[in-house]
Amino acid sequence: MKNLSKLDIQAPVKMPTGIEGFEHLSMGGLPQGRTTLLVGTSGSGKTIFAAEFLYRGIAQYGRPGVFVTLEEKPIEIMRNVKRLGWDLVDLIAKNQLVFVDGSPDPIPAEEVGRYNLEGLILQVRQAILQIKADLVVIDSIGSLFHQFSDTSKVRLEIFRITEVMRELGVTTLMTAERLDEYGHISRHGVEEFVSDNVIVMRNVLSEEKCRRTIQVLKMRGDVHSKGEYPFTISNTGITILPLSAMELTQESSNDRNGTGNPDLDLMTNGGIFRDSIFLVSGPTGGGKTLMSAMFAAEGCRTGEKVLLLAYEESREQLLRNASSWGINFSKWEQEGLLRIVCQYPEAMGLEDHLLVIRREIQAFKPRRLIMDSISAMERVASVRNFREFVIGLTSFMKQERVCSLFTSTTPQLSGGESVTETHISTITDVIALLRYVEINGILRRGIAVIKMRGSQHDKRIREFTIDGDGMHVGEPFQNVQNIILGVASVTPMRDSDRFEKMFE
Amino acid sequence: MTIRLTLYIAGNTPYADQAIANLRHLCETDVREEVHLEIVDVLEHPDRARDQKVLAIPTLIRELPKPMRRLIGDLSRTSKVLFELDLQIADPPGGQGGTGDSDNLPDGSDL
Repeated sequence: MKNLSKLDIQAPVKMPTGIEGFEHLSMGGLPQGRTTLLVGTSGSGKTIFAAEFLYRGIAQYGRPGVFVTLEEKPIEIMRNVKRLGWDLVDLIAKNQLVFVDGSPDPIPAEEVGRYNLEGLILQVRQAILQIKADLVVIDSIGSLFHQFSDTSKVRLEIFRITEVMRELGVTTLMTAERLDEYGHISRHGVEEFVSDNVIVMRNVLSEEKCRRTIQVLKMRGDVHSKGEYPFTISNTGITILPLSAMELTQESSNDRNGTGNPDLDLMTNGGIFRDSIFLVSGPTGGGKTLMSAMFAAEGCRTGEKVLLLAYEESREQLLRNASSWGINFSKWEQEGLLRIVCQYPEAMGLEDHLLVIRREIQAFKPRRLIMDSISAMERVASVRNFREFVIGLTSFMKQERVCSLFTSTTPQLSGGESVTETHISTITDVIALLRYVEINGILRRGIAVIKMRGSQHDKRIREFTIDGDGMHVGEPFQNVQNIILGVASVTPMRDSDRFEKMFE
Repeated sequence: MTIRLTLYIAGNTPYADQAIANLRHLCETDVREEVHLEIVDVLEHPDRARDQKVLAIPTLIRELPKPMRRLIGDLSRTSKVLFELDLQIADPPGGQGGTGDSDNLPDGSDL
């Protein structure tokens, strides 16, 4: 019997993959020296994930790798990932990458007796030793079941392959096909042999949009995030958006940012905090875009960079509207202080929108960000999807310390709660409501700050007007009830008040 | 017509022995043509396994005549081997009928 102290009872060490967001999801990466099974339906992104794992492992972390391809030809893989800027040919030339080509031949081999897969195992072993590889990708292991008809033999050989990997101490990622997004783990029960660590990739059609998700199903003996995380494949590879795993540990700031309106600054007790998220909710035509423009203008005036994301209006409309309030966006754009990005919400999925926003922020490094409107995104996604988007977005803004203003359009003129507010209000730090108030047959505008984290604020509902100079906040409404919570109604003046008014 | 066969094995395993024995038997008794046989042990020549994408062991490749044919297994299904290799079959000794179609599978299973 072996000496107990010599047995490997160390918990597996996790090895970063370099895939954006995966370390967060897996809490550190893939278990080093172990085999991880990556399952997914056809087209779920397995090969890209595997290729990126290998490419980044080699290029970023200097770990030589072997790519065992049992489905696509090496040349096809090299060609496909070239679009993502991954030059595998170069890595091969530098002796850091070796392909083992096990792709099926056009003319299948005829089986005339008993056999094993020693040729494959030998080639893999040889390739690993040749470049002293740390990483191995096998894509896809399930393809062996299509190439060889002796299923029980193939299972045995897969088990032997994992044994070889273990013996050589390489970190292995094996992919396998599955038929249903939520059915058996893999098509041929591969997980029975490679069951310690399983990752699932999905490509689900939801609300007429493809939604890609990735989930760590298990990682034996170690912690990982549970649940499905959306990811997207862009021109830089895979980006996993670790949404609900966000950490609320951002440092807070005591610096205040002006809102661009002195009256509103007064209502918010001196402006909003630098790292906070400001939600402006109101019905259509209620003054939200004006507030965004003022907020942007204030940033530019004080020399801060402002990123304006518009989802409802075109550039020309934005510029025209702003100039009607005396705000010259074009000038600031030329000075490099303002960047306007106009996009239709329908142009892409929410994951991609989020990625675009993140990229914009990372490239432009704005101090202020305006999203007009965030509720426009509701219409392109399911509620759950939208919620993840909002959480992912806000956590990123906080991380990057961007003072953000989101607008949200309420479904009815009188206000009412929209999906956006349900999901976003707990995450935002400041909420201002813009509402129409009908008094004696006249529509008037009201504004209220209903929440402000970490600060005092004016709790009264004030009337405001909009003219060519912008927005003017006036006196609080008197004798009007239910402005925010329903249909406004005027309470009769008390006699004593009426008496006093007579002498004003 | 020249027939060139290459048999890939990985060490002296029972599969390899079986395949070699079956092939020898075929060539000696059933096949009329001259057969050039090369046996490659991939343990000694792993690069040759890579060049020919040999995954299964044993693998028999008919290099000539073209087109190339690829068989895997210990060649115990004799009639299928002959059929796939498309070989001229010799008259059985003693002039009895049949074309050497008796498979010598150890477990007795057939096509």
